[in-house]
Amino acid sequence: MYKATIFVTLKESVLDPQGVAVKGSLHTMGYSEVSDVRIGKRLEVSLDASSQAAAEEAVTLMCQKLFSNPVIEDFRFELEEV
Amino acid sequence: MRFAVVVFPGSNCDMDLVHAIEDVLGEEVNPVWHHESDLSSYDAILLPGGFSYGDYLRCGSLARFSPVMEAVKKEAEAGKLVVGICNGFQILTEAGLLPGALMRNDHLQFRCEIEPISVEKADSAFTMHYEQGETVQIPIAHAEGNYFCDDETLQRLEASGQILFRYAGKNPNGALANIAGITNEKGNVLGMMPHPERAIVDWMGSPDGARLFTSMLAYWKENHAS
Repeated sequence: MYKATIFVTLKESVLDPQGVAVKGSLHTMGYSEVSDVRIGKRLEVSLDASSQAAAEEAVTLMCQKLFSNPVIEDFRFELEEV
Repeated sequence: MRFAVVVFPGSNCDMDLVHAIEDVLGEEVNPVWHHESDLSSYDAILLPGGFSYGDYLRCGSLARFSPVMEAVKKEAEAGKLVVGICNGFQILTEAGLLPGALMRNDHLQFRCEIEPISVEKADSAFTMHYEQGETVQIPIAHAEGNYFCDDETLQRLEASGQILFRYAGKNPNGALANIAGITNEKGNVLGMMPHPERAIVDWMGSPDGARLFTSMLAYWKENHAS
Protein backbone atom coordinates (compact mmCIF):
# COMPACT_ATOMS: atom_id res chain seq x y z
CA MET A 1 0.00 0.00 0.00
CA TYR A 2 1.25 3.45 -0.89
CA LYS A 3 0.22 6.89 0.21
CA ALA A 4 0.64 9.87 -2.09
CA THR A 5 0.49 13.41 -0.75
CA ILE A 6 -0.31 15.65 -3.67
CA PHE A 7 0.05 19.42 -3.87
CA VAL A 8 -1.87 21.32 -6.56
CA THR A 9 -1.03 25.00 -6.97
CA LEU A 10 -1.91 27.73 -9.43
CA LYS A 11 0.80 28.35 -12.01
CA GLU A 12 3.07 31.27 -11.20
CA SER A 13 1.78 33.15 -14.25
CA VAL A 14 -1.80 32.89 -12.94
CA LEU A 15 -3.14 35.47 -10.47
CA ASP A 16 -4.36 33.92 -7.22
CA PRO A 17 -7.09 36.28 -5.94
CA GLN A 18 -7.48 34.28 -2.71
CA GLY A 19 -3.77 34.64 -2.03
CA VAL A 20 -3.94 38.38 -2.71
CA ALA A 21 -6.89 38.74 -0.28
CA VAL A 22 -5.07 36.77 2.43
CA LYS A 23 -1.91 38.85 1.89
CA GLY A 24 -4.03 41.98 2.37
CA SER A 25 -5.31 40.63 5.71
CA LEU A 26 -1.77 39.79 6.84
CA HIS A 27 -0.70 43.35 6.02
CA THR A 28 -3.67 44.67 8.01
CA MET A 29 -2.51 42.50 10.93
CA GLY A 30 0.89 44.16 10.75
CA TYR A 31 2.86 41.50 8.87
CA SER A 32 4.25 44.01 6.41
CA GLU A 33 7.16 41.67 5.65
CA VAL A 34 4.84 39.31 3.70
CA SER A 35 5.36 39.85 -0.02
CA ASP A 36 3.31 37.01 -1.50
CA VAL A 37 0.73 34.36 -0.54
CA ARG A 38 -0.31 31.51 -2.83
CA ILE A 39 -3.11 29.12 -1.93
CA GLY A 40 -3.25 25.56 -3.19
CA LYS A 41 -4.75 22.15 -2.46
CA ARG A 42 -3.36 19.14 -0.69
CA LEU A 43 -4.75 15.69 -1.45
CA GLU A 44 -3.94 12.39 0.25
CA VAL A 45 -4.44 9.31 -1.88
CA SER A 46 -3.95 5.74 -0.65
CA LEU A 47 -3.49 3.13 -3.33
CA ASP A 48 -2.34 -0.42 -4.01
CA ALA A 49 0.48 -0.81 -6.50
CA SER A 50 2.99 -3.52 -7.39
CA SER A 51 5.98 -1.20 -6.93
CA GLN A 52 7.00 2.35 -6.09
CA ALA A 53 7.47 3.05 -9.81
CA ALA A 54 3.99 1.73 -10.64
CA ALA A 55 2.44 3.85 -7.90
CA GLU A 56 4.32 6.90 -9.14
CA GLU A 57 3.12 6.35 -12.68
CA ALA A 58 -0.50 5.91 -11.57
CA VAL A 59 -0.47 9.01 -9.36
CA THR A 60 1.13 11.10 -12.12
CA LEU A 61 -1.68 10.12 -14.49
CA MET A 62 -4.32 10.88 -11.85
CA CYS A 63 -2.77 14.32 -11.34
CA GLN A 64 -2.67 15.02 -15.06
CA LYS A 65 -6.19 13.77 -15.79
CA LEU A 66 -8.14 14.83 -12.72
CA PHE A 67 -6.41 16.45 -9.75
CA SER A 68 -5.00 19.41 -11.69
CA ASN A 69 -6.07 21.47 -14.66
CA PRO A 70 -2.95 21.91 -16.81
CA VAL A 71 -4.24 25.22 -18.17
CA ILE A 72 -3.94 26.94 -14.79
CA GLU A 73 -2.33 24.56 -12.30
CA ASP A 74 0.89 22.69 -11.50
CA PHE A 75 1.21 19.63 -9.29
CA ARG A 76 3.84 17.72 -7.37
CA PHE A 77 3.58 14.81 -4.98
CA GLU A 78 5.39 12.81 -2.35
CA LEU A 79 4.98 9.04 -2.29
CA GLU A 80 5.59 6.70 0.64
CA GLU A 81 5.03 3.01 1.25
CA VAL A 82 2.74 2.47 4.24
CA MET B 1 -35.56 19.72 -33.63
CA ARG B 2 -34.82 17.60 -30.56
CA PHE B 3 -32.96 19.06 -27.58
CA ALA B 4 -31.33 17.16 -24.72
CA VAL B 5 -30.65 18.91 -21.41
CA VAL B 6 -28.04 16.91 -19.52
CA VAL B 7 -28.71 16.66 -15.80
CA PHE B 8 -25.74 16.10 -13.51
CA PRO B 9 -26.06 15.63 -9.76
CA GLY B 10 -26.04 19.24 -8.61
CA SER B 11 -27.31 20.84 -11.82
CA ASN B 12 -29.92 23.47 -10.96
CA CYS B 13 -30.70 25.34 -14.18
CA ASP B 14 -31.78 22.24 -16.09
CA MET B 15 -35.54 22.86 -15.85
CA ASP B 16 -35.07 26.54 -16.71
CA LEU B 17 -33.49 25.39 -19.96
CA VAL B 18 -36.27 22.88 -20.60
CA HIS B 19 -38.85 25.66 -20.12
CA ALA B 20 -36.88 28.04 -22.33
CA ILE B 21 -36.83 25.54 -25.20
CA GLU B 22 -40.52 24.73 -24.75
CA ASP B 23 -41.66 28.35 -24.35
CA VAL B 24 -39.42 30.03 -26.91
CA LEU B 25 -39.24 27.34 -29.58
CA GLY B 26 -42.02 24.85 -28.81
CA GLU B 27 -39.62 22.11 -29.85
CA GLU B 28 -39.12 18.71 -28.23
CA VAL B 29 -36.79 18.79 -25.23
CA ASN B 30 -35.84 16.05 -22.77
CA PRO B 31 -33.88 16.17 -19.55
CA VAL B 32 -31.26 13.42 -19.79
CA TRP B 33 -29.59 11.90 -16.71
CA HIS B 34 -25.79 11.97 -16.77
CA HIS B 35 -25.58 8.16 -16.94
CA GLU B 36 -26.98 8.19 -20.48
CA SER B 37 -24.43 6.95 -23.01
CA ASP B 38 -26.25 7.56 -26.28
CA LEU B 39 -27.37 11.02 -27.41
CA SER B 40 -27.48 10.23 -31.11
CA SER B 41 -31.24 10.86 -31.37
CA TYR B 42 -30.81 14.53 -30.38
CA ASP B 43 -29.99 17.50 -32.61
CA ALA B 44 -28.65 19.72 -29.86
CA ILE B 45 -27.23 19.08 -26.41
CA LEU B 46 -27.41 21.62 -23.60
CA LEU B 47 -25.28 21.46 -20.46
CA PRO B 48 -27.02 23.55 -17.78
CA GLY B 49 -25.76 25.75 -14.99
CA GLY B 50 -25.54 24.69 -11.38
CA PHE B 51 -23.01 23.04 -9.14
CA SER B 52 -22.36 19.61 -10.64
CA TYR B 53 -20.83 17.32 -8.01
CA GLY B 54 -20.93 20.22 -5.58
CA ASP B 55 -18.13 21.94 -7.51
CA TYR B 56 -15.79 19.59 -5.62
CA LEU B 57 -12.10 19.65 -6.61
CA ARG B 58 -12.69 22.20 -9.43
CA CYS B 59 -15.91 23.32 -11.10
CA GLY B 60 -16.79 20.81 -13.79
CA SER B 61 -13.83 18.53 -13.11
CA LEU B 62 -15.88 15.59 -11.85
CA ALA B 63 -18.81 16.01 -14.25
CA ARG B 64 -16.33 15.67 -17.06
CA PHE B 65 -16.00 11.99 -16.20
CA SER B 66 -19.75 11.31 -16.13
CA PRO B 67 -20.66 8.62 -18.68
CA VAL B 68 -22.72 11.08 -20.71
CA MET B 69 -19.65 13.17 -21.56
CA GLU B 70 -18.35 10.53 -23.99
CA ALA B 71 -21.65 10.83 -25.83
CA VAL B 72 -21.44 14.63 -25.76
CA LYS B 73 -17.95 14.45 -27.28
CA LYS B 74 -19.14 12.06 -29.96
CA GLU B 75 -22.06 14.26 -30.99
CA ALA B 76 -19.87 17.39 -30.89
CA GLU B 77 -17.43 15.71 -33.25
CA ALA B 78 -20.36 14.81 -35.50
CA GLY B 79 -21.11 18.54 -35.77
CA LYS B 80 -24.21 18.72 -33.59
CA LEU B 81 -24.83 21.90 -31.62
CA VAL B 82 -23.62 21.77 -28.02
CA VAL B 83 -24.10 24.61 -25.54
CA GLY B 84 -22.68 24.78 -22.03
CA ILE B 85 -24.04 27.57 -19.86
CA CYS B 86 -22.23 28.66 -16.70
CA ASN B 87 -21.34 25.34 -15.00
CA GLY B 88 -21.89 23.76 -18.44
CA PHE B 89 -19.17 26.05 -19.83
CA GLN B 90 -16.86 24.99 -17.00
CA ILE B 91 -17.55 21.32 -17.82
CA LEU B 92 -16.83 21.85 -21.54
CA THR B 93 -13.42 23.41 -20.78
CA GLU B 94 -12.56 20.65 -18.31
CA ALA B 95 -13.55 18.08 -20.92
CA GLY B 96 -11.28 19.70 -23.48
CA LEU B 97 -14.15 20.50 -25.85
CA LEU B 98 -13.35 24.19 -25.43
CA PRO B 99 -9.94 25.77 -24.74
CA GLY B 100 -8.98 27.61 -21.55
CA ALA B 101 -10.31 27.43 -18.00
CA LEU B 102 -12.73 29.28 -15.73
CA MET B 103 -11.16 30.50 -12.55
CA ARG B 104 -12.41 32.13 -9.36
CA ASN B 105 -13.74 35.67 -9.97
CA ASP B 106 -10.91 38.13 -9.36
CA HIS B 107 -12.88 39.85 -6.55
CA LEU B 108 -13.81 36.47 -4.99
CA GLN B 109 -17.53 37.37 -4.90
CA PHE B 110 -20.50 35.51 -6.34
CA ARG B 111 -22.11 37.85 -8.88
CA CYS B 112 -25.76 37.59 -9.80
CA GLU B 113 -26.89 40.48 -12.02
CA ILE B 114 -28.01 41.41 -15.50
CA GLU B 115 -24.97 42.28 -17.60
CA PRO B 116 -24.61 44.14 -20.88
CA ILE B 117 -23.11 41.61 -23.29
CA SER B 118 -21.82 42.51 -26.73
CA VAL B 119 -22.37 40.14 -29.62
CA GLU B 120 -18.95 39.91 -31.24
CA LYS B 121 -19.92 37.63 -34.08
CA ALA B 122 -23.43 37.45 -35.48
CA ASP B 123 -22.83 34.93 -38.26
CA SER B 124 -22.74 31.83 -36.08
CA ALA B 125 -25.16 29.00 -35.39
CA PHE B 126 -25.90 30.57 -32.01
CA THR B 127 -26.09 34.28 -32.86
CA MET B 128 -27.62 34.61 -36.33
CA HIS B 129 -30.66 36.39 -34.88
CA TYR B 130 -28.51 39.05 -33.23
CA GLU B 131 -26.93 42.06 -34.91
CA GLN B 132 -23.16 42.22 -35.20
CA GLY B 133 -21.84 44.41 -32.35
CA GLU B 134 -25.25 44.60 -30.65
CA THR B 135 -25.30 44.96 -26.87
CA VAL B 136 -27.83 42.68 -25.19
CA GLN B 137 -28.87 42.24 -21.55
CA ILE B 138 -28.32 38.75 -20.14
CA PRO B 139 -27.86 37.79 -16.48
CA ILE B 140 -24.83 36.13 -14.97
CA ALA B 141 -24.75 34.15 -11.71
CA HIS B 142 -21.39 32.72 -10.80
CA ALA B 143 -18.31 32.85 -8.59
CA GLU B 144 -16.05 31.14 -11.12
CA GLY B 145 -16.40 32.83 -14.48
CA ASN B 146 -12.97 34.36 -14.80
CA TYR B 147 -11.97 33.04 -18.22
CA PHE B 148 -8.29 32.31 -18.65
CA CYS B 149 -6.11 30.87 -21.41
CA ASP B 150 -2.53 31.35 -22.57
CA ASP B 151 -1.56 34.12 -25.03
CA GLU B 152 -1.28 31.77 -27.97
CA THR B 153 -4.79 30.39 -27.38
CA LEU B 154 -6.22 33.90 -27.00
CA GLN B 155 -4.68 34.97 -30.30
CA ARG B 156 -6.17 31.92 -31.97
CA LEU B 157 -9.62 32.61 -30.46
CA GLU B 158 -9.48 36.22 -31.70
CA ALA B 159 -8.13 35.36 -35.14
CA SER B 160 -10.60 32.62 -35.91
CA GLY B 161 -13.64 34.46 -34.59
CA GLN B 162 -14.34 32.07 -31.74
CA ILE B 163 -15.26 34.80 -29.27
CA LEU B 164 -19.03 35.23 -29.62
CA PHE B 165 -19.76 37.27 -26.49
CA ARG B 166 -17.86 39.81 -24.41
CA TYR B 167 -18.86 41.75 -21.32
CA ALA B 168 -19.69 45.23 -22.59
CA GLY B 169 -19.80 46.98 -19.20
CA LYS B 170 -17.40 46.69 -16.31
CA ASN B 171 -15.75 43.28 -16.42
CA PRO B 172 -17.70 41.37 -13.74
CA ASN B 173 -15.19 38.62 -12.99
CA GLY B 174 -11.73 39.42 -14.34
CA ALA B 175 -12.17 37.38 -17.52
CA LEU B 176 -9.36 37.69 -20.02
CA ALA B 177 -10.24 40.04 -22.89
CA ASN B 178 -13.71 40.46 -21.32
CA ILE B 179 -14.64 37.03 -22.69
CA ALA B 180 -18.19 35.91 -21.82
CA GLY B 181 -18.65 33.15 -24.40
CA ILE B 182 -16.54 31.22 -26.92
CA THR B 183 -16.96 28.45 -29.45
CA ASN B 184 -14.68 25.68 -30.58
CA GLU B 185 -12.85 26.10 -33.88
CA LYS B 186 -15.61 24.39 -35.86
CA GLY B 187 -18.19 26.71 -34.31
CA ASN B 188 -20.68 24.04 -33.17
CA VAL B 189 -19.76 23.99 -29.47
CA LEU B 190 -20.52 27.11 -27.41
CA GLY B 191 -19.65 27.83 -23.80
CA MET B 192 -20.92 30.97 -22.10
CA MET B 193 -21.15 32.28 -18.55
CA PRO B 194 -24.31 34.41 -19.03
CA HIS B 195 -27.66 32.60 -18.73
CA PRO B 196 -29.80 33.13 -21.87
CA GLU B 197 -32.51 30.85 -20.39
CA ARG B 198 -33.02 33.42 -17.62
CA ALA B 199 -33.82 36.18 -20.10
CA ILE B 200 -36.49 35.00 -22.50
CA VAL B 201 -39.42 37.37 -21.80
CA ASP B 202 -39.73 40.99 -20.66
CA TRP B 203 -40.84 40.22 -17.10
CA MET B 204 -37.54 38.43 -16.51
CA GLY B 205 -35.80 41.76 -16.96
CA SER B 206 -34.78 41.12 -20.55
CA PRO B 207 -35.97 38.96 -23.43
CA ASP B 208 -32.56 39.06 -25.14
CA GLY B 209 -31.55 35.48 -24.39
CA ALA B 210 -34.40 34.04 -26.45
CA ARG B 211 -32.69 34.82 -29.75
CA LEU B 212 -29.85 32.43 -28.92
CA PHE B 213 -32.37 29.59 -29.02
CA THR B 214 -34.20 30.88 -32.10
CA SER B 215 -30.81 31.18 -33.83
CA MET B 216 -30.05 27.53 -33.10
CA LEU B 217 -33.41 26.44 -34.50
CA ALA B 218 -32.97 28.58 -37.63
CA TYR B 219 -29.46 27.20 -38.16
CA TRP B 220 -30.71 23.65 -37.77
CA LYS B 221 -33.57 24.24 -40.21
CA GLU B 222 -31.17 25.71 -42.76
CA ASN B 223 -29.01 22.62 -42.53
CA HIS B 224 -31.86 20.14 -42.56
CA ALA B 225 -33.99 21.66 -45.32
CA SER B 226 -35.29 18.74 -47.35
